[in-house]
Amino acid sequence: MSETINFKKLLSRFQLLIVLLAMVLVLAVQNENFLTVKNIENILQQISINVCLAIGMTLVILTGGIDLSVGSVLGFSGIVMAGFMKNGIEIPSANVLLKFTFHGAVIAGLLTGLVLGLFNGLMITKFKIPPFIATLGMLSMARGWTKLWTRGEPITNLGKGFETVGSGSFIGIPIIIWIPIFLIVVFMIVSRKTRFGRHLYAVGGNEQAAALSGLRVNRIKMGAYTLCGLLSAVAALILTARLNSATVVAGETYELEAIAAVVIGGTSLSGGRGSILGTVFGCLIIGVLANGLVLMGVREELQLVVKGGVILLAVALDKLHSR
Amino acid sequence: MNTSGHKNHESPEIVLKMRGIVKTFPGIRALDGVDFDVYSGQLNALVGENGAGKSTLMKILAGVYQPDSGEISINGYSVTFDNPRQAQAEGIAIIHQELNLIPYLSVAENIFLGCEFCNRLGMINYKKMHSETKRILDKLDLHIDPGTVVSSLRVGQKQIVEIARALSTNAKIIIMDEPTSAISEHEMEVLFGLIESLKRQQVAVIYISHKLDELFRIGDRVTVLRDGRLIGGDVLSNLNHDDIVRMMIGRDLKDLYKRDSSVTDREAMRVENLCLKHPGRPHEWLVDHVSFYVRRGEVLGIFGLMGSGRTELLETVFGLHRKYSNGDVYLEGRRVSIPSATDAIKAGIGLAPEDRKDQGLVLMMNVAENISLASLEKIQRMAFLRESVEKKIADKYVEQLKIKTPSLKQKVENLSGGNQQKVILGKWLATEPMVLLLDEPTRGIDINSKKELYQLIDGLTQMGLAIVMVSSELPEILGVSDRIMVMSMGRKTAEFSRAEANEEVILKAALPRSA
Repeated sequence: MSETINFKKLLSRFQLLIVLLAMVLVLAVQNENFLTVKNIENILQQISINVCLAIGMTLVILTGGIDLSVGSVLGFSGIVMAGFMKNGIEIPSANVLLKFTFHGAVIAGLLTGLVLGLFNGLMITKFKIPPFIATLGMLSMARGWTKLWTRGEPITNLGKGFETVGSGSFIGIPIIIWIPIFLIVVFMIVSRKTRFGRHLYAVGGNEQAAALSGLRVNRIKMGAYTLCGLLSAVAALILTARLNSATVVAGETYELEAIAAVVIGGTSLSGGRGSILGTVFGCLIIGVLANGLVLMGVREELQLVVKGGVILLAVALDKLHSR
Repeated sequence: MNTSGHKNHESPEIVLKMRGIVKTFPGIRALDGVDFDVYSGQLNALVGENGAGKSTLMKILAGVYQPDSGEISINGYSVTFDNPRQAQAEGIAIIHQELNLIPYLSVAENIFLGCEFCNRLGMINYKKMHSETKRILDKLDLHIDPGTVVSSLRVGQKQIVEIARALSTNAKIIIMDEPTSAISEHEMEVLFGLIESLKRQQVAVIYISHKLDELFRIGDRVTVLRDGRLIGGDVLSNLNHDDIVRMMIGRDLKDLYKRDSSVTDREAMRVENLCLKHPGRPHEWLVDHVSFYVRRGEVLGIFGLMGSGRTELLETVFGLHRKYSNGDVYLEGRRVSIPSATDAIKAGIGLAPEDRKDQGLVLMMNVAENISLASLEKIQRMAFLRESVEKKIADKYVEQLKIKTPSLKQKVENLSGGNQQKVILGKWLATEPMVLLLDEPTRGIDINSKKELYQLIDGLTQMGLAIVMVSSELPEILGVSDRIMVMSMGRKTAEFSRAEANEEVILKAALPRSA
C-alpha cells in the first residue's frame, strides 16, 4: 500500500522529466538530425524568449494573477530599444536630439518594460481591476503605442551591440542561451530562498491569511508584475538582437505560449503552488515538441492542433494527480 | 396556534435510518460508525460539541459528502446520494448554519433556484413564481415582497427564506443547523411556532443546537455524538440537562477548564472609544464607542451573539479597518497608531482569526512555513531566508504547543483542526507579542484539543501574555476568562469579574434590546 503511494509520488514528481525524456527518445529514434549539437542549440535559442516571459508569468501566476500583456510589452520595449539606438529621440520643443549608446538604448528598453509592469501592478492593486482585465488593457495599449511609433515600419540594422548579443557566444555557448540560464538560476533562488519569494507563495496560497500575517500584499503583487514587465523587456532584447531588427508584430500571441509553459510546468492558475523549475520544463517540452514536429515535416496547421492537445493533456494529467 | 403541550401520542414512525456511517478527512476521522434514527412528525435533536461530527453527518445526509462506508435508508428503502440534488429528490432539505442564499437574487428567485417555473421557451414565469412565493411566505408569517433582494434582509428573515425554500421542494425531512444562533428572540418564537406546524404536517425535523434549554422546550428526541462516535440517544423526557452535558463532553465540565489566575496589575493594552462605521451605511456603527483594557497575564473574554460586533472589534484593534474606524489604542500606556496589520504585529499584537482555513493558514504551505509567516524578518539575513533558523523556530513551537505533525514539512491542510489552530498560535508566538487576540479559538475542534488549548492559554498567561478571547460558547467564556465583557449590537453592554459572571447575566446582556 505505502509502496504504491510512494511510487505515485515519485512518478508525479518526475512526471515532467519523464515526459521530456520520452519525447527526446522518440524523436532521436525517428530523426537522425534531432540529437545533434546544432539542433539542440537551435531548440535552446528558440525557447530562450519564452523562458524569459514564462519566468515572469510564473511569478505573477504564483500570486494568483495573470499577465496577458507580456507579448505587447515585449513588442513595445523592443521598439524603444531599437528606435533609441537607431534614431535617438527628438524633443522638438527644446530643439534637442538625444543619441543613445547601445547600453543606453538597452537600459531604456528594460526600464520601459519595468514601468509598464509597474503600471499593471498599480491598476491591479490600487484600482482593484482584475488582473485579466488590467493586463488585457495593457496588451492593447502597448501594441497600439508600438504601431504609432513605427507607423508600421520595422526598425532594422541596429549596429554592432545588438549583433554581438544576437550572434556572439561565450565559452562556446551563444549569449542568447546564457541570458535565460542566468535568469533561471536567479529566479530559482529568488523564489525559494528569499523573503519576497516566500511572500509570493503565501499571497497566492491565501491572500487573506497573508494580509492578516502582516504581509504587504499590494507591494508583493506589484513586485511580481513589475518583474514580469522587466523580464518581457529582456525577452525583447533577445528577439531584437536575434533578428537585428524590431518589428510591429514582435511578440504577438507570445503570452499564450508563456502561460502554456507555466501551466504544463505544474503551476496552479489559482496561485500558491508551482515552481520556476517546472516552468523551465514546460518551456523545454513545448520547444522540443515544436522542433520535433518541424523535423518530422508536420504541416504548420497541424502543429498548432498538436500543441493545443499537449497543453490540455498535461493539465488534465496534473489535475488527476493532485486529486 | 396551539404550540404548548402538543405531543404526538401515536407511536411515531422511523422515516430515516443511518447505519454505520464512516467518513474520514485527511488527518481526522470525522465519523466512526455512526447510527442515527429520525422519526417523522418529531423534532429529532442532534447534539455534540464542535467537531463531534454533527455537521459532517448532516452533509452526508444532504448529499454534500459521500460516506466512506455505511447505509442510509428512507422508509425502508436503501438510498445513496452522489450529490445534493439526489438528496433533494428524496425529500431532504438542509438549512445551513452559514445561510446558502444567493445575495443578489430576489427572494422568489432564491426559493425556486434550480426549479424555476418555465414556459416551453425556457423563459421564467415570474408572475407564477411570485404568487407561489407569496403563498409560502404567508404560511411562514413573513410579509415581504417576493421581489426583495436577499442581501437587504436581516439574518432571521433570511433564515425563514431558507425554510421557505425547503418547503417549496415538499421536503419530508428538514435539517436545521443551529437555526437560532443568530436571530432575535421574537424571530426565535416565530421559528418555534413554525417547527410545531411542520411537525403536525408529519415532517421530520432534524435540529442541531448547542442550546439545551431550547431542546427541552421544543424537542422530542435527542441523539448525542462525541468525537465522531454515537454516544447515545433517547426520548428527551427521559433525560435531564446534566445527563446530556455528560454525554456530550464525556466528563464533568469542571475538568475541561484549567485556569490558575495569573493576573498582574500591569496594563498591557487599553482601547478607548473604538468605533467602526458600516462601510455601506454611513449612519450605522458596527463597533460603537467601545472601551476596554487587558492586563499582562490576564484573559479578557468577550461574549456576543452573531452580529454583535465582537469580530469587528478585534479586527479594528488589529488595524484592518483603517478607513472606517477611529479611537485610541494604548500599549503599556503609550498611544500607538495601527493603520495596518503589519503595524499591529510590529507593535506587539497578534490576531488568530475566526476562520482558520480562510484567514489563518496558507493550507498548501507546510508547518514550518506557516509558523514563520508573520515573523520572516527574524529568519532573514540580507534578502535570504535562513532555513536552519526557520527550522529551529518552528521546532520550538511544535514542541511547546505539542503540535502533532509527522514533520515540519507536512502541509497544514493534512493536520486536524486542533493542530491547525496550534500552528496559528505558533505563528503568533513566533512574533513574540504582548497581546494576543483570539477569535473563536476552539471552533470546530475536538474536545481533547480544546482541553489542550485551554491549558496552552493558561500557560501563556502565566508567562505574562495578555489574551483577549472572543467566543460564542458560554461555558468556554466562563471557564477560561478572568474578566468578561459582553457586546450587543456593536456596543459594550456589560462587564463582569470571574466571580460575578454566570450564564444568565451574560446572556441577558448579550440579547439585542429592541426587536
